Amino acid sequence: MVALSENVALAAAPRRARSAPSPIADRIFHLAAYASALLVLLVLAGILASIAYGGWPAFQTFGPGFITSSAWNVGREEYGAFVAIIGTLASAALALVIGVPISLGIAIYLTQLCPGWARRPVAMTIELLASVPSIIYGMWGLFIFAPLFARFVQVPVSNLVEGLPIVGTLLYAQVPSGVGVLTAGIILAIMIVPFVASITRDMLDQIPTVLRESAYGIGCTTWEVVRHVLIPQASVSIIGAIMLGLGRALGETMAVTFVIGNANRLSASIFDPGSTIASRIANEFNEADGMQLHALLALGCILFVVTFIVLIIARLLVRRVKVA
Amino acid sequence: MSATATATAAPVVGSSKADETAPIRVAVKNLNFYYGSFQGLKNIDLNFHDRQVTALIGPSGCGKSTLLRTFNRIYSLYPEQRAEGEILLDGRNILDNSIDLNELRARVGMVFQKPTPFPMSIYDNIAFGIRLYERLPKAEVDARVEEALRKSALWDEVKDKLRQSGMGLSGGQQQRLCIARTVAQRPEVILFDEPTSALDPISTGRIEELIEQLRSEFTIAIVTHNMQQAARISQFTAFMYLGELIEFGPTNRLFMNPTKRQTQDYITGRFG
Repeated sequence: MVALSENVALAAAPRRARSAPSPIADRIFHLAAYASALLVLLVLAGILASIAYGGWPAFQTFGPGFITSSAWNVGREEYGAFVAIIGTLASAALALVIGVPISLGIAIYLTQLCPGWARRPVAMTIELLASVPSIIYGMWGLFIFAPLFARFVQVPVSNLVEGLPIVGTLLYAQVPSGVGVLTAGIILAIMIVPFVASITRDMLDQIPTVLRESAYGIGCTTWEVVRHVLIPQASVSIIGAIMLGLGRALGETMAVTFVIGNANRLSASIFDPGSTIASRIANEFNEADGMQLHALLALGCILFVVTFIVLIIARLLVRRVKVA
Repeated sequence: MSATATATAAPVVGSSKADETAPIRVAVKNLNFYYGSFQGLKNIDLNFHDRQVTALIGPSGCGKSTLLRTFNRIYSLYPEQRAEGEILLDGRNILDNSIDLNELRARVGMVFQKPTPFPMSIYDNIAFGIRLYERLPKAEVDARVEEALRKSALWDEVKDKLRQSGMGLSGGQQQRLCIARTVAQRPEVILFDEPTSALDPISTGRIEELIEQLRSEFTIAIVTHNMQQAARISQFTAFMYLGELIEFGPTNRLFMNPTKRQTQDYITGRFG
C-alpha cells in the first residue's frame, strides 16, 4: 500500500511541474518547418519557370534549329546552341575519361593498399582539392597550366601527328595557345576527382570485410579482388558517383571560361578552342540585350534540363543500392 | 543419431569414431600469434588428421578463429597481425616467407561465418575460382562446376538458373554456393569459420550433413560456438581458452570424459 501511494506521487509530480503546452506555438512550429521545405521547391520551380519564360522567344524564333544550328551571330541576330552544347558535352566527357580512372585509383589505394597511418593525410589532401574555389583553378589553368601545356604537349603532339588520318585531325592545334577543349577537360578532371574519389572510397569501405577476405581466401591477387569482386559489388554506386561528377563538370563555369578559349567554332580537334553553355553565358550576359538575352536564357534552360536529368539518374542509381 | 546421455549432461555425441591412425595433414608447432602487442595465441601444438573433422571450440575471444585464420594466412591482409612458430602442411612450413600465398589459399580453402557470394552469376561464382589457377576448355570447366555443385548438394536447386546472380539465393543456398566455390578448387584442407552462425536450423542441418560428406575427401577444421554441432560433426575436438589449447582429443572422449576441469566446465555450460 505504501509503495503504491509513493508511485502515484512520483508519477503525478512531473505532470504538475509542466505548464500546459500552447497548441498555437506548436502549430506555428509545424507551419514554419513546412514552409521552409516548401520554399526550396518554390524557388527551384520559380527559377526554372522564369528562365524558360525568358528564353521562350529564342525557342519560338529559331524552333528546333536553336539546338541544331551552330550560328551565333550577334550582329545578324542569329543564334544556335549546337557549338556550346557539343563543347559542354565534350569537355565533360574528357573530364570523366581523365578523372574517373584516377578517382578509382585513389579510392582503391585508400581502401585496399594504403598503410593505416597514411590513410587520413591522403584522404584529407583529396578533400582539400574539393574546397579550392573554381576561380583559382581557372586562373591557374590560364596563366600557368595553359602555357606549359602548349609548349610541352600541344606543339610536340601537333608536329608528331600532322598529316596523319584521324589522329592528325583530333590532336592537331591550329593555334597552339594552350587553351582549348582538352585543357578545359583536364581542369574539370582535377575538379571532379575529389568528389568521385571520396564517394567511391565510402562505397568500397561499406563492403563487408568477409567478402573481401573470401575473395582473398580463394587465392585472388589484390588486382583480382578489386577487379572482379569489389568494383562489381559497388558498381552501381560508383556509377552514381560518376554521374555526380558529371553534373559538376557540365555546369562548371568560371574555370572553364578561363581555359576553353571561347570560340564559336566547331572543330574536330580537342586542342582547339571551343565554348560551353556556361562559358558562353558568362562571357556575354554583361552586354546582352533583346534576342541575345533570350538566347542566353534559352541556353541556360537547356543546361538546367541536362544537369537535372544527370542528377536524377545519379540519385536513382544510388537509391537502388541502398534498397538492395 | 545415437542419443547417449551422460552424467555430466554433455551434448549428444553422434559422430563417427575418430581415426587416430589417420596421417597428420596439418601440424601446428609452438605457434604464437600477435595482434600488435596483444598475444592472441600462446604456444599452440596441435595436429589435424587427414580426412577427419576437427572442431575448435571455446568461449568468445579464446583464439579459435585466430588459429583457423593462420592456416591460409588470411591474417596477413592486416599488417599488424603476425604469427610465429610452425604450421606444417604436408611437411612444409606455410608460415615461411617463401610460400606463395595465392597457391596456399587454393590448397587451403575457407568458408566464412556469413555467406559471401561474389557479385556474379552462380556459374561464375564457381568458375571464377577454378580459372584463377587452371586454364581449362569450357566443357571441362562446366564439368567441374557441376561436380562442385553436386558435392555441395546444391546442383538440383540451381541447375536451371546457373546464369542468375548468386545474390538471389537464400542464405543457406548462398553458403552452400560458397562451399561449392571452395570445393571446386580441389583444396586439401577446408576451414569453416562458424559456417552456420547466420543460418536457420534447417539450413544448418544441411550444411552439417554436407560437412560429414566432404570429410571423405578433405581434411576439415571447423570453428563453432555450438557445442552440439561440434559433437555431431567432428571426430576430433580442441578446446581453447584465453589463447591457449587446453585439451585436444577424439570428440567422443573429450565430451564424455574430459581430463581438464576447464573443459568439463565449458562443455557442461558452467562458463562460456
